[in-house]
Amino acid sequence: MKLYIFDGSFEGLLTAVFERYQQKAEKVKIVDSARYMPDAFNEAFSVVSNDVKANRVWNGLRKKLSSSWLHDIYKAFLSEQAEMYQYIFDFIRYVFDNPKGAEENFGNPVVLAVAQMSRKVHREKHRMEAFIRFQETSDRIFYAHIEPDFNVLPLISDHFKKRYADQKWIIYDLKRKYGLYYDLEKVEEITFDFSQEMSPALNTLPASVLDEKEELYSILWKDYFRSINIPARKNMKLHIQHVPRRYWKYLSEKQTF
Amino acid sequence: MFERIREKLEILADAAKYDVSCSSSGSNRKNHNKGLGDAEGSGICHTYTEDGRCVSLLKILLTNHCIYDCAFCVSRKSNDVKRAAFTVDEVVSLTMNFYRRNYIEGLFLSSGIFKNGDYTMERLLNIVKKLRTEERFNGYIHLKTIPGASAELLQEAGLYVDRMSINLEMPTELGLKLLAPDKSHEDVKAPLGLIKDKIQQLNNEKALIKSTPKFVPAGQSTQMVIGATPESDKEIMHTADHYYRKFNLKRVYYSGYIPISNDNRLPIIGSQPPLIRENRLYQTDWLMRFYGFNITEILNDANPNLDADIDPKLSWALRNLDQFPVDVNTADYKQILRVPGIGVTSALKIVQSRKFGRLYENQLKKIGIAFNRARHFIRYADSPLQLKEFEGGHIKNLILSESTSKYSKQATNQLSLF
Repeated sequence: MKLYIFDGSFEGLLTAVFERYQQKAEKVKIVDSARYMPDAFNEAFSVVSNDVKANRVWNGLRKKLSSSWLHDIYKAFLSEQAEMYQYIFDFIRYVFDNPKGAEENFGNPVVLAVAQMSRKVHREKHRMEAFIRFQETSDRIFYAHIEPDFNVLPLISDHFKKRYADQKWIIYDLKRKYGLYYDLEKVEEITFDFSQEMSPALNTLPASVLDEKEELYSILWKDYFRSINIPARKNMKLHIQHVPRRYWKYLSEKQTF
Repeated sequence: MFERIREKLEILADAAKYDVSCSSSGSNRKNHNKGLGDAEGSGICHTYTEDGRCVSLLKILLTNHCIYDCAFCVSRKSNDVKRAAFTVDEVVSLTMNFYRRNYIEGLFLSSGIFKNGDYTMERLLNIVKKLRTEERFNGYIHLKTIPGASAELLQEAGLYVDRMSINLEMPTELGLKLLAPDKSHEDVKAPLGLIKDKIQQLNNEKALIKSTPKFVPAGQSTQMVIGATPESDKEIMHTADHYYRKFNLKRVYYSGYIPISNDNRLPIIGSQPPLIRENRLYQTDWLMRFYGFNITEILNDANPNLDADIDPKLSWALRNLDQFPVDVNTADYKQILRVPGIGVTSALKIVQSRKFGRLYENQLKKIGIAFNRARHFIRYADSPLQLKEFEGGHIKNLILSESTSKYSKQATNQLSLF
C-alpha cells in the first residue's frame, strides 16, 4: 500500500489521481497533509499540486461524466472529510477504469458514497441559502456570518450574486475564517479579524454599526413569524425536523429577545 | 407610525395564513436588470412556523375588509375582528426590505374584497406593477385572483406576477353553497380558464415569435378546505383531478379546516383540525402526479375514503396483492414505482444500478428504500424463499407493528420531554 499526502486542495486531489496513473500504483491510501500522521508501515509520497496534471484529470472526467456528476465530485470534496477524499479518489479511478456509464452503478459503495455525500453538502448549501439573515450596516452593506458544517461558500456565491445584484453584501464563514464580499460588480474572497464586540454565537452585529432601520425590520419579521403560526396545528417535532436547533442561532425569528 | 405598521402586519398576516400555498418554485424570472431578486428555479423555505409549515413568501392581505360573508372565512363581514388596510407603498417597502435581508423569496398578496372585484384588483395590480417597474424587483410574486374582477385587469396582472391562484374553497358546489351562498365554482372556473388560455396562447406564439412576454410563468393553483363540509375523500380528489386536467393547475392545496366560528353549520371551535386526513390527501395527490396512479385506482365507489392508519400507496398495494411481488431486477420502472417503500429517487437508482448486476438486499437498503415496508412486495437477488402467501391484513399488521408511525399515537400537539 502506498500513502499519498496531498495539500487538501481540490487541485491536489486531482493531481494525486494523475500521479497514481503515472506511477501505476495499485493500492493507494490518500490523506491530506493536515491530517497526516507518519506511519512506519506504508511508503509515503508527497503529491505536489499541479495545474496541468489536475486539468488533465478533470478533462478526462469531462469526457466520461455529465456536468451534474462533475458537480457531485466537487460538492463531495467540499465536505472536507478524510474518508471522502479516499472515496473521491477511488471513484475517479473507477470511472476511468470502466466503460462510460459506470457512474450509474449505485450498487457500488464508492459510487453511492460520493453521490450521497454530494447530496448532504447540497442540502447544507441549500440551508445556507435559506437561513442566512442579512443585517444592513450604516455603510449600506448587508452582512451575515455563518458556520456551515461543510465548506459551502464556493457553492452559494453565485446564488447570492444573482439575487442581490443591487446591494453590497458580505457572507463570512467563522469556522473557516474567510468570507465573500460583493461590491456591486464582482464577488471577492475576504478575510478579516473580528472585533471583540461581535458575537459569533449569534448572527447579529452590535447596534452601533447597524443602519437605523435595521431594528424595525427585524422586529417586523419576528412579528410576522409569530402572526402566521396556527396554534391549533402546532407540531414542534416537524418544526425541528425542518429547522434543526443548530441553525437557530442564524434565525432572528427564533431569538426571544 | 412604527406601532401602526406593526399592528397592520399582525392583523393582515394573521388573516392571510389560512391560505396554505407557500410555493416559490417553478418560475423562470431571472435577475435581468441588475435589480433585486431572482425567481428562477427551485423555491426556498426561509423558515418554518411552529406548526411545521414552510415560510417562503411574505403572505399578507392588502386589507381584511370584505363585502362577503363566507362562513368558513375569518375575514367574513359579520365577524367581529379588527380591520386594517395597507397602503401600496407599505406593501412595496415591506416586500423589498424583507427580501433584501433574505427573509423571503417574494410576495404572496391576497385581499378581502372591498367595494367590488375590480376596485380591489386594481389596487393589487398597482402594487405588483410598482414592484416590477419602479423597484426592479425580480423576486417571486403570487397574486390571488379576485373573483369578479374584469378580464383586462387579470390579464394585465398576469404580465407582472409568477403565479396566480383562486380558491375553490369547498370541494363541491353543494358544500360551497351551504357556507357561502354568494359564491359558486363557476366564479372560479372563469378566471382559471381565462389565464390558462392566455398562457397557452403565448406558448403557441413562442414557436413563431422570438420574444413573448412572461405571463404567469409559474402557473396557477387552487385550494380546498377539508373537513368543514361532509365530502368524501373520493369527491375531494376527483374534484382535484378534474381541475388538474381541465386547467393545467400546478398545484391543488388541501387545507384542513381550523374552527374559527360558532356557526352551527361548521365544526365547533376547539375541535382538532383533520391533520391526518389532510396528509393522506396530499399523499394521494403525489401518487396522481408523480407515481402514475389514476385517481380511480385509489379512490372509487368501493373505497370512497382513505385509510387513516396507513398511507394510500400501501393501502392500494394491499388491495392489489395479485400485482406483487415485483422483481426489482427485472420489472419496469413504473411497476417498481408502485411498491410501498420505494420512492421516485430510489426507483430510478434501482433501474440504473441493475444494469451492472443483480441487486441484493444490502444494496437496496443502502440505496435508501424503506426496506421493512418494501420487502413484502419485492423479490431481489437474495430474497428468502417464501413458502406461504401472506394475505393483506397480515402484511398490514406486520408493517404497522414494525414501524412507529407519526400517527400511531393520537396527535397530542405536545412535544415529548426528550
